[in-house]
Amino acid sequence: MAEIKTSKGSPSIDMTPMVDLAFLLVTFFMLAATFRTDEPVDVSIPSSIGEKDIPEKTLILVTVDKGGRIFFSCTGEEVRRKVLTQMAAKYKVPLSEDNMKEFVRITSIGCSMNQLPQYLSLDGAGRKAFPTEVGIPSDSLHNELKDWINFANREMLDYGKKMFEEESSKQGKGQEPLKAEDYKPKFVLKAAMDAEYVRVKSAIETFRDLNLNNLNFITSQEASAVVK
Amino acid sequence: MAELAQDDGGGKKGGGKKRPKKAPARIDMTPMVDLGFLLLTFFVLTSTFAKPKVMSLVYPAKEQEPPDPKDPSRLVNNAITFIVSDDRLFYYKGEFHPEGNKDGEPPTQLTETDFGPTGLRKLLVEENKFVLMKKVELDGKLQRNQIADSIYKRNLNEAKKDKRALKVLVKTDMKAKTRNFIDVIDELYIASVGVIAPVDIMNSEQALLDKALNK
Repeated sequence: MAEIKTSKGSPSIDMTPMVDLAFLLVTFFMLAATFRTDEPVDVSIPSSIGEKDIPEKTLILVTVDKGGRIFFSCTGEEVRRKVLTQMAAKYKVPLSEDNMKEFVRITSIGCSMNQLPQYLSLDGAGRKAFPTEVGIPSDSLHNELKDWINFANREMLDYGKKMFEEESSKQGKGQEPLKAEDYKPKFVLKAAMDAEYVRVKSAIETFRDLNLNNLNFITSQEASAVVK
Repeated sequence: MAELAQDDGGGKKGGGKKRPKKAPARIDMTPMVDLGFLLLTFFVLTSTFAKPKVMSLVYPAKEQEPPDPKDPSRLVNNAITFIVSDDRLFYYKGEFHPEGNKDGEPPTQLTETDFGPTGLRKLLVEENKFVLMKKVELDGKLQRNQIADSIYKRNLNEAKKDKRALKVLVKTDMKAKTRNFIDVIDELYIASVGVIAPVDIMNSEQALLDKALNK
């Protein structure tokens, strides 16, 4: 008669494949992921069929949140530092070296120039809760947003040109030449779905006042509709 | 199972001590696995994959002087003006005629439509037939590899700027939400409308809109 062996002691399961898989996934996520940036506002964006990717190298971003507050951001550490220096000089706001470093490190800012030193001394959570009604002032009498965009645009042009020349010289012969167009400043508006359009419009008008007419709206992608 | 390969004790050489058979050494992998999963969870939660896309919109350059309304080049024969309010959408075709105008035209009436496929999209498809027909024709040619990609784009752009193509003005009132505006622009892109002009609302239009909203 066949005997059934009963194992003694605790049964052990071979966990190796599971562990392998877990680490495989860890590696994948580590390499493939880009981190979510810590924005001072969460904005739910409308959807559209837009297919263009968001420009990453030379981006000037204006965010309008649900309450109509306006935030400003741009890419490039060098650009940010120069822009802030010019803004501080224009509005005669004394900024410490720590403030500078903090500004270069963080993403969007949303306060008027005279509040900026205080704003920069806060941490992420403090900035989220910062009491501001309009964010960056953008009305026609006192338009700080215009200066932010203007300085950022100028600095970004120089920076983009430099980057373009640098990267073009690195390009090998067989590769496709880089397009200078990709290194020009791109103006992006990130407007909350529920924001009053009037506020978004004030940001748009600010861009248009500076003769920057090609704007991009950040949208989440919806399945592209086909018209028959 | 995690086991370490172990030496049996170097074979049996001349009457050495008899060792009891040792079980292979095991390493407890639990902490490592815990850490692995912790990292996995962290990366899964903090990473963003679906990158947002952008929809570009070129605004007309701001003019220094107000344009002359009688300028013949500004007269459009196939235009729709959309007026966007809080989740509501109105439109009128052609030029705006105020009540009791000199030309004896009937005063402009606003028609309400909705943002859905039966409202706005249907309207645009009907009005912009010229471009859409052209697009279908070009799409067919492109699929059969009769024309190159660049020619396709050029022809489509030409069609969009043609006299017969639809031109759209988008006006917003104070109560409009951003999503309403984006929805309209999005539909315009879907319907291949080439000329899109977001412009300010006129007082007379605002009055008409107020009337329509209160109805």
